[in-house]
Amino acid sequence: MYGNGLKHSGKRSNQRVAVVGAGMTKFVRRAQETAKELSWEAAHLALQSCELTLDDIDAVVIGTAPDAFDGVHMKSEYLSDGCGGWGKPVIRGYVGGGTGVFAAIQGWYHVASGLFDTVLVVCEEKMSSCKPHPQAAFLTIFDHTTERPLEPNLLWIFALEMNAYMNRYGLSKRDIATVSVKNKRNAADHPAALLGDPDITVDDVLNSPVLAWPVQRLDVSPVTDGAVALVISASQVARRVTRKPIWIEGVGWNLDTSYWTNRDLSYPVYVEEAARMAYDMAGITEPRKQIHIAEPYDPFDYKELHHLEGLMLFDKGQAPRAAADGVTQRNGDLPVCPSGGLLGVGNPIAAAGLMKVAEIFWQLRGEAGARQVPGSPKRGLAQAWGDLMQVGTVIVMGV
Amino acid sequence: MEEFVYDAVYLRREDFEEGRVLFETWDPNAQYAWDAGVAIGRYLQELKAGRLIGRSCPECQRIMIPPRMFCESCFCATDQWVPLEDTGTVLTFSRCYVTWDVIQLEKPKMPAVIEIDGASPGMGILHLLGEVDPGLEIGMRVQAIWKPPEERSGSITDIAYFRPLEPSEE
Repeated sequence: MYGNGLKHSGKRSNQRVAVVGAGMTKFVRRAQETAKELSWEAAHLALQSCELTLDDIDAVVIGTAPDAFDGVHMKSEYLSDGCGGWGKPVIRGYVGGGTGVFAAIQGWYHVASGLFDTVLVVCEEKMSSCKPHPQAAFLTIFDHTTERPLEPNLLWIFALEMNAYMNRYGLSKRDIATVSVKNKRNAADHPAALLGDPDITVDDVLNSPVLAWPVQRLDVSPVTDGAVALVISASQVARRVTRKPIWIEGVGWNLDTSYWTNRDLSYPVYVEEAARMAYDMAGITEPRKQIHIAEPYDPFDYKELHHLEGLMLFDKGQAPRAAADGVTQRNGDLPVCPSGGLLGVGNPIAAAGLMKVAEIFWQLRGEAGARQVPGSPKRGLAQAWGDLMQVGTVIVMGV
Repeated sequence: MEEFVYDAVYLRREDFEEGRVLFETWDPNAQYAWDAGVAIGRYLQELKAGRLIGRSCPECQRIMIPPRMFCESCFCATDQWVPLEDTGTVLTFSRCYVTWDVIQLEKPKMPAVIEIDGASPGMGILHLLGEVDPGLEIGMRVQAIWKPPEERSGSITDIAYFRPLEPSEE
């Protein structure tokens, strides 16, 4: 059983919407810059990339994850000056780890609705401020009466989900560690990456300390600070601003129940529902043929595989085999996380999701430099995931 | 795209230790008292009495644990309390070697999702495993180990942990 019978309308907007510019900060473990300063650097570079100024921006969308990271209540209002929000319609969307892709979706519907022509989307995260460890910000995600007395920590839910996934399909740690290796190697070519490593091996991952079995240190993305921004425009503006607009063809998002111990943890059905919504809108009937490049959310290595299956790009339980066979390498049949993903570039939560959207933008424009996927990909998707392991956010973009 | 990447300043531990950067700290003192509510209030009362209880939906017939006053699928009121067993099946588990602030634990904690007998398939709760040998695996049958009645307080921790059931005990 899932929800109460989901229907996909397949509705589209008459207003075509494109990403026209992108900018970001380097992802670092601890940035000297404040959250506002990081936001400004990313926003300012995104505007510069498409030769627009703040005067051209009609509205601002801000994505940032828990207030508790910063210890600042309503932190998007705090960030808004750095995001170009002064005197403009501003909104913050917040769906945990899914926020980065959801912010781009919000940017899309701001424009697709006809309300605005050009929107600046800024996602920022500064996890390093939270002491002694930003995991503290996640402790309150568990039910205060039925779960928190057991003193759970965030690693538990990943470990429990990873074990359920491995057990269902008979997967080994080695099958899954290849994802971490691929992404950290890919990130070695990303100018903003925190953990790029061209020499890392599967054995390095398998020999890293066990945190919460089956999760080991190198299965996990790092604590990170950083910001990313996009400029999103209506078609009439987009065509004037750039010769290479990247069209947003489909968006989808979906939330599973918060009674997470009542779910089948081996399959992210909410990602499938979000993908179906986005594919319907984009007119995609055969995603494995029609999606050329994918940036699924990879805060943990198994999550990339889990999400590829939820996105219906591989059969259930088959993504690990495809990864082992090289299908998801940058020069494989379906390049996955050519950016280096969260495992390699870093995981400043909301900013990491928007980094994935920016990567699809740069890849489809042929501007990804050393990371460029061969064969001129025409369509790609980015996906993020979050809340209490329960939200899927998907965006499909094409040339 | 390189030209549109800002080179953030990466601070190292030494920058703080050697006083090269300035910073401010704050130690919040946030305190809360949560009301258990109708469904979980009864759940806690039953835990204190050494029992697990679920709640069923008149439309989809699911027997749910933790109990809730509404069915999130049918979006109608649940209407019956259903006594459940204190045995179940491990749906998934972990051995956790660190605390939330990544301090090494001497003895790992073993969180698990346990499907409770008498509830609908897949209806699990989060709890801990104990008395577990290295052969622990998904699908293992377990039973609640209750604290002595005088130590129970009406909390999920009134169950100390779940221990493996031998086939002969079934």
